[in-house]
Amino acid sequence: MARLPAPDEALTRAFGPHLNYEPPGGFARRPAPDRKVNTHCCFCGQQCGVTLLVKDEKVIGVEPWEEFPFNQGKLCPKGVKRYLQNNHPDRLLYPLVRTGRGFDRIPWDEALDLVAERVTRLQARGGRDSVAVLSGASLTNEKAYLMGKFARLALGTRHIDYNGRLCMVAAGAANLKAFGIDRAANPWADIVTTDLVMVLGSNVSECSPITTDYIWRARDRGAKLIVVDPRLTPIARTADLYLPVRPGRDSALMNAILHAVIRLGGVDQDFVERHTTGFEDVRATVARYAPETVERLVGIPARRISEAAELWVQAPRTMLLHARGIEHHTKGVENVLACINLVLASGKIGKPGCGYATITGQGNGQGAREQGQRCNQLPGARDIENPAHRAEVAVAWGVAESSLPGKGATAPEIMEMIHRGEIRGLLSICFNPLVSLPDATFTREALERLGFFVAIDFFLSETARHADLVLPGSLHEEDEGTVTSTEGRVIRIRKAVDPPGAARPDWEIVCDLARRLGRGALFEFHSPADIFEELRRVSRGGVADYSGITYEKIERQMGVFWPCPALDHPGTPRLFEGGRFHHSDGRARFHAVDYRPPAEDVDDEYPIILTTGRVVSQFLSGTQTRRIGPLVDQYPEPQVEMHPKLAARLGIRDGERVRVLSRRGDVELPAHVVSTIRPDTVFIPYHWPGRRSANRLTLRAYDLIAGIPEFKVVAVRIERLSA
Amino acid sequence: MIGELFIDPNRCIGCRACEEACSECPGHGGHTMIHLDYLERSTSVQTAPTVCMHCTNPACASVCPADAIKVDAVGVVLSALAERCIGCGNCVLACPFGVPEVHAGYELMMKCDLCYDRTAVGQKPMCATVCPSGALFYGTREEVEDLRRARPLNLFQFGDEVVRTRNHLMVPAPTGVLPVTWANGPPRSRAEHHLEEALC
Repeated sequence: MARLPAPDEALTRAFGPHLNYEPPGGFARRPAPDRKVNTHCCFCGQQCGVTLLVKDEKVIGVEPWEEFPFNQGKLCPKGVKRYLQNNHPDRLLYPLVRTGRGFDRIPWDEALDLVAERVTRLQARGGRDSVAVLSGASLTNEKAYLMGKFARLALGTRHIDYNGRLCMVAAGAANLKAFGIDRAANPWADIVTTDLVMVLGSNVSECSPITTDYIWRARDRGAKLIVVDPRLTPIARTADLYLPVRPGRDSALMNAILHAVIRLGGVDQDFVERHTTGFEDVRATVARYAPETVERLVGIPARRISEAAELWVQAPRTMLLHARGIEHHTKGVENVLACINLVLASGKIGKPGCGYATITGQGNGQGAREQGQRCNQLPGARDIENPAHRAEVAVAWGVAESSLPGKGATAPEIMEMIHRGEIRGLLSICFNPLVSLPDATFTREALERLGFFVAIDFFLSETARHADLVLPGSLHEEDEGTVTSTEGRVIRIRKAVDPPGAARPDWEIVCDLARRLGRGALFEFHSPADIFEELRRVSRGGVADYSGITYEKIERQMGVFWPCPALDHPGTPRLFEGGRFHHSDGRARFHAVDYRPPAEDVDDEYPIILTTGRVVSQFLSGTQTRRIGPLVDQYPEPQVEMHPKLAARLGIRDGERVRVLSRRGDVELPAHVVSTIRPDTVFIPYHWPGRRSANRLTLRAYDLIAGIPEFKVVAVRIERLSA
Repeated sequence: MIGELFIDPNRCIGCRACEEACSECPGHGGHTMIHLDYLERSTSVQTAPTVCMHCTNPACASVCPADAIKVDAVGVVLSALAERCIGCGNCVLACPFGVPEVHAGYELMMKCDLCYDRTAVGQKPMCATVCPSGALFYGTREEVEDLRRARPLNLFQFGDEVVRTRNHLMVPAPTGVLPVTWANGPPRSRAEHHLEEALC
């Protein structure tokens, strides 16, 4: 019965999003701060250092933190204005229970008792797996660890997954297959000393802005830049070579580039023989992908593909970077493997200024995929289906191995199981699937079928509006902890202020719930530091070994790169030095990848490719950034970006509202007519809910290995409203 | 020693971190003194920040009937003195770079004073500290020449008149004086040609 308890408009009046523009008391009367807290931005995986200014236990402003080495004070607009999420009128201050009219306050004890009672009743009737947990990659390592342990031991359910499923899993799965470890191979400092940067499917200027400076510092030394993207993004504008790939054809393009590299003699035979396996399969496969053969498929003239290969071969050191643009596909893992094949074949990895990385999207996109809140994973990035890994964790937790549930469903599968009535109860934290999952109409139907839904949240997200019970948790600046940045650098998140009102730190809420479910003995934590101490211990011997990392060491070193297996170990900024990979034989694996078409290709009925993504002033599902006035003013509502040739064919003028339709639904948005996108492709950013949601159009098609949705290729048609 | 600002529009990514950071500076009341513009968004993503160039002989000061705009000893052109400014807007009309604005409701000319409260105590201006692409750089001419391929330029020709500025524009090759002319849209980049070749 998780239908909305009141109309959307009434909930918006009560809970926002409202826009916060000014610090407490206004700009004019802003006082000098009592203290300054060096911490990190709460948004993307770059995890820029930032200083929060605090006065009278309120966050009143921001200063650049120039000593933190990664960003040296640099910030994007989100980092500058992130402090305005604090002291926000929409902040949830009390536990809320749904009523016939909306939500009413409820005391904490009653709220927690209610969760225990309802969950226990559901599980008694439908089994332990009838309750699921959806978690998030913006949580600290401590909270991510806690959520995994809570689901497996307190709820005893196999079904926990996280919103990194929409972000990092394709790259993670491919890295694990190829390298035996899932982490950026190089620290960002290696970008600066390279000779060629190749960026694929990453609008770094808007989605990881600080990386722009690293690329420019390389170019100041004479490095070349290749950008592969269907949109001419700000970083693509100045590229030496820009390849405007047709969405969904990345694996064919990468095979063609490797084909041309082999033709140019760019294979490092010695490296391939000594440090890898499987190259002959790849060589045989890419033999079928001559640039001349695939140019019409990938949408780029053959001579430009060959030019990319020439630049790649000429550069002594290269850095290949990619992000969601090639990963949000039903062949996301294959696209990434095709990139890794190029890197391995030319032996360009594991050296200063030379390597490879996926650019993490979410704040703790790296760490949150290591601590055991993924459906197939235990802490230390261990495999939940590997008997040895299960035994290690069971011993560390002091439970029987047989009591650990097995592999659960992915986040989108959980939503499908809720829709089918197989999962009846849901606990969610740090996840707004109604905005972020594909096919939003289906997600809403699923949420309406839940028997019991409890959400831990700081603002009432669009998803939390469907909850039976909302528990007010903590904002990023209201708790201590660690996160792991895009580089694999473990850093400290510092508490600036207490949670307001009756809101509580997330970890306290979760530990209290565990006590009420009778498993308190396994959750005797009194601080995030307690949780980190256990996390360190349990991670020992795992792939993601944090055992040599302490809070004190992080602060002293300005971050510690994992693996860090001992207290006297300095950490590991660069992986694979000397060609040593993490498979048991020390070799990297090639994987031959044949191109497959996208799940839904264009046809006469839906002839235009839609690709979705982000804008610089918003972050993910917008729960926070749609509440920060100056950020909303930068880009107030989604537009559908289209080329003048397409607009002319459809008779559409710039700024005109148009209807975009797919087989799932439709949206009405203003057209933004610009010649900086392929004429066969349109773009809509996805940060908004309801009638403005790009995910009303997207489809429930997933990568077979990683389960990541195909957000980047959707077949649509566009109509004029007046027609 | 107050440094100089070096502006490289080629690196600008249009993120508006400079505007957001400037609005956080004490005394700005939440307003920004730096402005970000798209040159011609229909054809290009090229953007450029516009901020006071701190002219050696500032036209804004010379046309001010109230003598409200002062230049300090190291060449920083200060914002109009609130007690003198009459909000006439002469400075807005006179500035060759289109920098000053008179804010409605304030009746006061407001513009960048090179973060005087920060730079005078050895800090960098907020905009140049946060700029994530390095399109804004604060330091000395020697530092920027050492770090970058682009070259600094601070002589601009408007018609017959040459204007020397304290701040610099970064340009691709060494240039003596930059003639400022009316251009029909931004220059075409190589990448824009590559997009035109896309096979659809």
